[in-house]
Amino acid sequence: MDAQTVIAKRIAQELRSGMLVNLGIGIPTLVANYVPEGVNVFFQSENGLIGTGPIPEEGMTHPTLTDAGGKPVSALPGACTFDSAMSFALIRGGHLDITVLGGLQVDRHGRLANWMIPGKMVPGMGGAMDLVTGAKRVIVAMQHTAKGKPKIVNKCTLPLTSVRPVDLVVTEMAVIEFVDGRATLTETAPGVSVAQVVEATEAPLVRSEKLAEMRL
Amino acid sequence: MKTISVESAVALIPDGASLMVGGFMGVGTPERLVDELVRQRKRNLLVIANDTAIPGRGIGKLVAAGQLGKVVASHIGLNPDTQQGMIAGKIAVDLVPQGTLIERIRAGGSGLGGILTPTGVGTIVEEGKRKIEVDGKSYLLETALRADFALVHAFLADYAGNLSYALTARNFNPVIAMAAETVIVTADHIVPMGVIAPDHVVTPAAVVDYLVANR
Repeated sequence: MDAQTVIAKRIAQELRSGMLVNLGIGIPTLVANYVPEGVNVFFQSENGLIGTGPIPEEGMTHPTLTDAGGKPVSALPGACTFDSAMSFALIRGGHLDITVLGGLQVDRHGRLANWMIPGKMVPGMGGAMDLVTGAKRVIVAMQHTAKGKPKIVNKCTLPLTSVRPVDLVVTEMAVIEFVDGRATLTETAPGVSVAQVVEATEAPLVRSEKLAEMRL
Repeated sequence: MKTISVESAVALIPDGASLMVGGFMGVGTPERLVDELVRQRKRNLLVIANDTAIPGRGIGKLVAAGQLGKVVASHIGLNPDTQQGMIAGKIAVDLVPQGTLIERIRAGGSGLGGILTPTGVGTIVEEGKRKIEVDGKSYLLETALRADFALVHAFLADYAGNLSYALTARNFNPVIAMAAETVIVTADHIVPMGVIAPDHVVTPAAVVDYLVANR
């Protein structure tokens, strides 16, 4: 199983029926492919849609039914559409149960940097700052390291997305929860040792009493 | 509300005007008005919109033609022209979190001076802004936004100018329709009054100044 699949499959286990969920672009989008059987969630697309469905077959796309990247999507029965003020009222107003986003860095207290690399990549924050600040639960989906360097660091060198700490970071190596502001290792991926996770992580890790192997 | 040709509608817009433009990655952008802005070579425009779409689409056409002096948007990442223009110092870009941008516009259209949002507190977004505590929680004071013109695209417009929108093409459109001195609308379909049921009117005709006649 490749890294992205491990991450997406593990995050999908966090979903419960009835939840309103927003998936970011990249690995987070893949989470929709692994929703456990019997679990029905509402997926929100921040351009103004709840009830986002799969990508339509070729020739079945509609120019006014798109995702936050402007790409064609479908709408499931029971879907609804709304304007951007409503969309972000849902996001900031405590109505969004889970947001899953990609990450560039997460610091030892769980603060996320994921929207710019000064001098290199300045795309704009889009909805990321509102999502991280406003969602009830924030889950980061990212590879554990980038070019061999840890992404879970003592202090973010990149600009923060929000000061609100994330709740969970899921990588292809581990699940890290932020409990009382401390990075806590709760799961390791099959075949990955605690020592390997610690080696690949710059921030100090607390070992959870319930430390277990990731079930996929 | 007056019916107007696309040429005459865009002729109302002077160089240097501020425009709010509907659309999200070009979906729901009044493409005919954009094309006419390019044809009439309007210069030094200030555009307030969610994003600058992609090259060749929506606001991307104005970027490529060098017609924008400044952009206020939440995301420019899918349009390399905007990024290059910003790096070269040809376009000033003010990046605003999407939820903050739409609320600032909503405030502008609602007679409010601004809004208090937790988004951006403790990040580079808070630079130069007032931080206000309410019940022990920190918020940024984000001021209201208005523009000279709102360029709106609707799905249905009736003869009076009542508007409804299609699916994800709604996005910024009904919000900007409240926040500009002059509101210009294009619609996929212009229909007799009564076709849009009162319950389904999203933007009331009373705020629409010009409805661009269909071809």
